[in-house]
Amino acid sequence: MSKTFDVIILGGGPAGYVCAIRAAQLGLQVAVVEREKLGGVCVNIGCIPSKALLHSAHMARVITNDAAALGITVGDVTVDYGVAMRRSRQVADQNSKGVEYLMKKHHITVFPATGTLQPGKRVAIDGDTLTAAKAVVLATGTRVKGIPAIGLELDRTTVISSDEALFLEQAPKSLAIVGAGAVGMEFADVFNAFGTAVTLIEALPRILPLEDEECSAALARSYKKRKIAMLPGASVKRARVGKGSVKLDIEAGGKPQTLEVEKVLMAAGRAFNLDGIGLEETGVQRTDTGFVKVDANLRTTADGVYGIGDIAGPPMLAHKGSREGVFVAECIAGQTPHPIDYGNIPSVTYCHPEVASIGLTEAQCTERQLDFQVGKFPFTANGRARAAIETEGFVKIIRDKRYGEILGAHIVASHASELIHELAVARANEYTVEEVDLAVHAHPTLSEAVAEAALDSLGRVLNA
Amino acid sequence: MATHVLMEALSPTMEEGRIAAWLKQEGDAVQAGDVIAEVETDKAIMELQARGHGLLRRILVPAGASVEVGRLIAVIADASEDISSLVDAPRAAAPAPPPLAPATATPEAMVPDDRQRGGRTRASPLARRMARERGLDLATIPGTGPGGRIVKRDVDATSAPAMAVSAPAAPSSYVDVVPGQLRKTIAKRLVQSLGPIPHFFLTSEIDMEQAADARASLNQLGDTKISFNDIVIKVVAVALTQHRECNAWWTPDYVRYFTDVHIAMAVAIDEGLITPVIRYAQRKSIRAIAAESRELAERARARKLAPDEYTGGTFSISNLGMLDISQFTAVINPPEAAILAIGAITEQPVVQDGAITIRRRMRVTMSCDHRVIDGAMGARFLQTVKRMLENPLAIVW
Repeated sequence: MSKTFDVIILGGGPAGYVCAIRAAQLGLQVAVVEREKLGGVCVNIGCIPSKALLHSAHMARVITNDAAALGITVGDVTVDYGVAMRRSRQVADQNSKGVEYLMKKHHITVFPATGTLQPGKRVAIDGDTLTAAKAVVLATGTRVKGIPAIGLELDRTTVISSDEALFLEQAPKSLAIVGAGAVGMEFADVFNAFGTAVTLIEALPRILPLEDEECSAALARSYKKRKIAMLPGASVKRARVGKGSVKLDIEAGGKPQTLEVEKVLMAAGRAFNLDGIGLEETGVQRTDTGFVKVDANLRTTADGVYGIGDIAGPPMLAHKGSREGVFVAECIAGQTPHPIDYGNIPSVTYCHPEVASIGLTEAQCTERQLDFQVGKFPFTANGRARAAIETEGFVKIIRDKRYGEILGAHIVASHASELIHELAVARANEYTVEEVDLAVHAHPTLSEAVAEAALDSLGRVLNA
Repeated sequence: MATHVLMEALSPTMEEGRIAAWLKQEGDAVQAGDVIAEVETDKAIMELQARGHGLLRRILVPAGASVEVGRLIAVIADASEDISSLVDAPRAAAPAPPPLAPATATPEAMVPDDRQRGGRTRASPLARRMARERGLDLATIPGTGPGGRIVKRDVDATSAPAMAVSAPAAPSSYVDVVPGQLRKTIAKRLVQSLGPIPHFFLTSEIDMEQAADARASLNQLGDTKISFNDIVIKVVAVALTQHRECNAWWTPDYVRYFTDVHIAMAVAIDEGLITPVIRYAQRKSIRAIAAESRELAERARARKLAPDEYTGGTFSISNLGMLDISQFTAVINPPEAAILAIGAITEQPVVQDGAITIRRRMRVTMSCDHRVIDGAMGARFLQTVKRMLENPLAIVW
C-alpha cells in the first residue's frame, strides 16, 4: 500500500471526511486516519442518534397529547427508551456505513488507527509512517468531559455524558442535566418524554444562554408546561456521588439548595482531542482557549499543516467543520476559495419546538448601537401551524433601518431548523428583507411566517 | 422605453455638477426638451433638458448633491414600466468631450441590464441600495464578493463624494466655507496655470488722451455707449491679427495659431470670476463689441452663460481699472498663451518735448507663456497695442 499521499487527514468526522471527499474531487490522493468509527462524533454519538431519539420523543408527546383531538383513539401509551435507543443506533450505523461507502467511492484510503503528527508533514501510525506531499489536515474533534473540580468526574454510571446517555437501556427516574445549551436542552426534551423527572441546571442567567432572549423565554415557557424543572443562574458547588444516586449542592440566585437524582448528565462543554498527537513536536501552537492556532486560511503555525472543525475554533458545529473541510481541500488543491462567512452560520437546537438562529441577537444589535427594527410573526397566526397543532413559536427578523440588511434572524418552531435556511441564503447573498418578501411564498406553509416577519420589520405585516 | 437622465458634461472642463434644483418632481409628466433641473457646473448654472418623454419616475440624486458626469440622476418612463433594473444597473461614465472643441455632451446609450448579461448579479441588493443612497456609481466599485460581485464591504470601502457645507464655528473668530463649484474650478485651473506654465510679464504704459477723445466722439454717434474696455478689446483683437504668434493655444502635442480672435473678458461675479468670450472680435464693430460685452457681463453675473459662451477664447483680457488698480499681473488661462491685464487710467505727470505735462495714462501688463511667446514677440505685440490706443485711427490702417 502506498505510503505517500497528497493529503493526510487526521480524523474522519464531518470535518475530516468532507475534506477528504472534496480533495478527492479535485484530483488529490487522500488518506484519512480514524481510530474509531467513520463519521466521528456527529454520526455515531452526536447529531444523528440524538435526532433519532428526539423524533421518538416528539412522536410520544404527539400521540399522548394530540391523538384524541386528531381523531385517533389510542390505548395506554407506554414508552420504552431502550427500544428508541436501539433504533437510534441503527440510524447511526447506517450513516457511518454511508461514510465508509463515500470513502470507497472517492478512492480515499482509510487507516483505522491512531495517527500522530510528525515533522515534515508525516503521520506515524502503528509503526508505519505516512507522508503527505502537500498537506496534513488536523480534524481530531472533541470529546465529552466532566467537572472533576466539584466532584463531577465522569464515572459513566451515575455521572454520565451524552456518550452514555445515547446507550442507556432505560430512562432514569430522575436526571439533573448540567448545562442548558443545545445538548442539555435536547436531552431534557428526550428524557422528559420518556418519563424522567428532569432538572436543567445552567450557570448563565437563562437557558439557551447563547440564543436570543426571546427564544430562551419561549423555550422556558414550553418546558415549564412539560414540567421540566429549570434552574438558570445556578451553579453546582459540590456533588456527592453515591451508588445509585448523586446529591448536588446547588447555589441558585444566592440561595443554596440540594437536589438528589439518579443520574447527572454533564452537558457543559467538551474537551479537545489534541493531546499526545504530536503538536508540540511539530510546532503546532494552541490559543489561550485551547484551540489550535490557525490563520484566516485555517493554516496552523506548522508549515503544511491545517486545522479544521471543533479544534480550529467556534462555533463547534458539524456543518461549520464540513465547510472548513471543503475550504481547506480547495486551498490545498491550489484554488482560492471564497472565505467562510463565520457570521452567517446557522445555529440550531433540535428540541421541541426547535430553535434556529443566524446573525446577531437583538441584544447584540443594541449593544453595537445599530439602528434596527424588529419584525416578528407568531405561529399562532399561521394557518399551517394551526392545522398541524404546532403553534408554539415565532419568526423574528432584525432589520437594519438604513439599508434593510438582515442583521439577525431567530426562529422558534416545530421546523425551525428547515425554515432558517431561507434567511441563511438571503444573508449569504446580502439580500435585504425586501428581497425575502419579493419571492412569493406558498400558502399554506410555515415559511409564510418568514415572509410575514420580513414585512413586519418594514411595518407592513399582512396577516397579524 | 425608459430614458436615463444623466449628469451631462455641459462643458469641456466639467467633471462634476451639483443639482441646484429639481424643477420637476417624481410623478410629473415630462416632454422631451422640458427643463427638468438646474445644474451648477464648474462655470455656470445650466438648465438640464429631458431627452425623452413620460413621467419623471424616479429622482436618484437629490437637490444639493454633486455627482460626476455620466452618473444616472433620474429615470423617465411610462407609469407602468418596470424600472427597477434600470435604477439598479451600473452606469458607464459618459466620455469626456475633447477639450479643443466647444462640446455638447450626448448621453450614453442604455447600458444592457442584468437580464441581458445572462441574469448574473454584479452587486448584491444590499450593496446596490447602499451605493444608490450614497450616490456612488457601481461601475466604479471593484467587487470582492463571490464571483467578483460587489458586496457591502466594497461599497463601504469606497468613499462617497461629499458636498456638505460645514456650519460656521460659533465661539471662535473664523468661518469655514466649503468652496462652491466655481471657486473649486478657479482654484483648480489656476494651479494648473501658474504652476506649470512658464509665465513672464511685460508692462507698457500707454497714453490714453487720443483714446479718450475717440471715445467721446464715438459716444456721440449713437445710443450704444462705448467704454474704454470696449476700445481695448477691439484694439487687442486687431493687433492680434498682426501678431498671430500671440493668438495661440499651447497643447502638449502642438501650438495652435488661430486665424480669428476670440477675446475672453474676465468678469467679476459674486462667487468669483468667469470669462465670457466675444467671438470674431477682430471683425466686429466697436459698438457690436460694446453691446455684446455688456450683455455677456450681465448674464455672467446671473450665472446664466452657456458653456460655449465662456469657452474657446484665444486671448484673455482682465481689467481692474475700475477698482483703482494701477497695474497688476494676471494668470494665464490655459490653453491660451497670454493674457493682458489692464490698469486704471490716471492723470500722470509725463515728460513731453522737454516739458512736464499732465496726461491720462494707463498701464497694461501682458503675461506670456514662454513656451509659445518669446520676449520680443510679446513686446512687439504690445507696441502695436500701444500705437493703436495712442492713435486710434491705426485700427483701420
